[in-house]
Amino acid sequence: MADGEASQHRVENKKSPLVRFEAVTKRFGSFTAVEALSLDIEHGEFFALLGPSGCGKTTLLRMLAGFETPSGGRIYLDGEDIVAVQPHRRPVNMMFQSYALFPHLTVEGNIGFGLRQEKATRAEIAGRVTEMLALVRLQGYGGRRIDQLSGGQRQRVALARSLIKRPRVLLLDEPLAALDKKLRTETQFELMELQRKLGTTFVIVTHDQEEAMIVADRIAVMDQGRLMQVAPPAEIYERPNSRWVADFIGEVTTIEGRVSGSGIIDSAIGQLRIVDSDAAKLGATIWLALRPEKIAMGSERPISGLNAVSGTVSEIGYRGDMSIYKVRLADRSLVKVARANVSARGKDSFGPGDLVWLSWPPDAGVILTG
Amino acid sequence: MRTSADNRNWSARAILLLPYLWLVIFFLAPFVIVLKISLSQTALAQPPYLPAFDASAGWVGLMEFAKQLSADSFRLVLSDSIYLWSYLRSLQIAAISTFALLVIGYPIAYGMARAPRAWQPPLVMAIVLPFWTSFLIRIYAWINILQRDGILNDLLMRLHAIDGPAAWLSSDTAIYIGMVYSYLPFMVLPLYAVLERMDESLLEAAADLGCPRWKAFWLVTVPLSLPGVAAGALLCFIPIVGEFVIPDLLGGSESLMIGQTLWTEFFSNRDWPVASAIAVALLGLLLVPILFYERLQQRSLEGSRS
Repeated sequence: MADGEASQHRVENKKSPLVRFEAVTKRFGSFTAVEALSLDIEHGEFFALLGPSGCGKTTLLRMLAGFETPSGGRIYLDGEDIVAVQPHRRPVNMMFQSYALFPHLTVEGNIGFGLRQEKATRAEIAGRVTEMLALVRLQGYGGRRIDQLSGGQRQRVALARSLIKRPRVLLLDEPLAALDKKLRTETQFELMELQRKLGTTFVIVTHDQEEAMIVADRIAVMDQGRLMQVAPPAEIYERPNSRWVADFIGEVTTIEGRVSGSGIIDSAIGQLRIVDSDAAKLGATIWLALRPEKIAMGSERPISGLNAVSGTVSEIGYRGDMSIYKVRLADRSLVKVARANVSARGKDSFGPGDLVWLSWPPDAGVILTG
Repeated sequence: MRTSADNRNWSARAILLLPYLWLVIFFLAPFVIVLKISLSQTALAQPPYLPAFDASAGWVGLMEFAKQLSADSFRLVLSDSIYLWSYLRSLQIAAISTFALLVIGYPIAYGMARAPRAWQPPLVMAIVLPFWTSFLIRIYAWINILQRDGILNDLLMRLHAIDGPAAWLSSDTAIYIGMVYSYLPFMVLPLYAVLERMDESLLEAAADLGCPRWKAFWLVTVPLSLPGVAAGALLCFIPIVGEFVIPDLLGGSESLMIGQTLWTEFFSNRDWPVASAIAVALLGLLLVPILFYERLQQRSLEGSRS
């Protein structure tokens, strides 16, 4: 009966996405965690679900794993509706945020757990476990107890355990959140390498935008149970589709203006040049989003005079490799400017209260209409 | 001159001494007295045994006293099969009761741990509530329930489960009912403490790795609750072995548990040395599971520390 239903919904096209969410809604009481969300995840992709806490990204992942049942909509895996399939029958595996390692089992016991649930022979399991230990560089740790491992080692045991059954999709729920920054950065690259080597589709949930940008082929930015934008990292950063996304990803300054001519807007800080586009209709109100590193800063007025405004440095956020300057303009608004700290003694740097000129080429900003 | 660091050191040591002081006063001293009596001989005297220890006689008196001590009572306890059977019966009743307690207590503890958070404090309260009434009164209540024209027979006859009144009281069944009823909180609470602490995501991980629910229970929940099982089992087993009130009030008179045998020796036969020897031997017997439990706790402490 369930099989018949499943084949009825089977999408015949071989080019179909690996995972398809179709108008999926999830409510917890009166709270809507995910609302009518549709999303495709392709074969072999490293896909990131990114958003602030409570945006529904983890709920989406848990619905894919089978721990939550959607209140509405369908979820397809390989063209098959899996909503009614029990978690233990789904060909997906999850790496938990807390790792959820079994404390009463050894490293080997944990990694081999998934295979032992199948009709695998003892030798087969032992072979695969050894293979997995090598994959996560934990050779020789097989007999250890979980409480004898460091945080980083536990993370790798959890990863190996979730990969041993060769899942169609590997789900990673904030997999690196418990690691310190340095280890996290290293592990991000290891994850990417692993994903490329195995060719398995990875779906990662994270609230760390930097992490999502580094590891993912595509990012789905979520807020309040909805998708805000789904695109590759560079596009999300350079071409955000809304002020919300522009603001959520990285630093940005948005300047409101009205289109007063072809490639010209009037704003509170004067007339600004932009690249003419369909979005910038004459008379329309738009927002110009400027990334801090796209703005040049100097003590003299630039010769070109194009998009040049003056202001005073109000605050400096020193980050080592670079600094973020907050510059107050004549209309009291703040513009964020990033500047690489090129010289060691900071001879060319500015201090608070310094008068500076800011300028940017017309194509530096993104025109946002919403 | 004493520095403040010295002072602190000294008071830290004093605090460490407190539990030992407690043990010496309330355990070791009474035990030495019992041991002394167990090595004495019965006599028509007040107290009813010899030799009496006279501290005023000094070292010579002590040597004289030591010479008169004998292991006769122990020899009797170990050679007469009455005592052996009594010990064995106590162990048997304790083992069966503990097993029954585990079988009944585990589902209760599991249900409590799985109940919504808000329900759990009242449920724990309900388990502890019987302690608010005197133990003796509760056992007397069971006499009312189990006697020939008691509530149980009445109920079973109304349900047509039995034709005539059955004899519940003065049987082993009554002892087991009393034991399970009285010791259930000691089984449920440690089990609940372990199960309640268990990480829900472990079961999700098991399901994720292809393990159906019933199997995850045996592969994850049960092994992780073993410390609670051990704690509950020992907390029940040890006192049940020495139990006196329940078998005396609910059980029959044909075979006695060791607590009853001890009572008989002490009060009916006024044979204090033999009664003391029984108590000392019982302690030796119970030392085995107690030491086992200690080791178990030590290990779990070490596990959580590393």
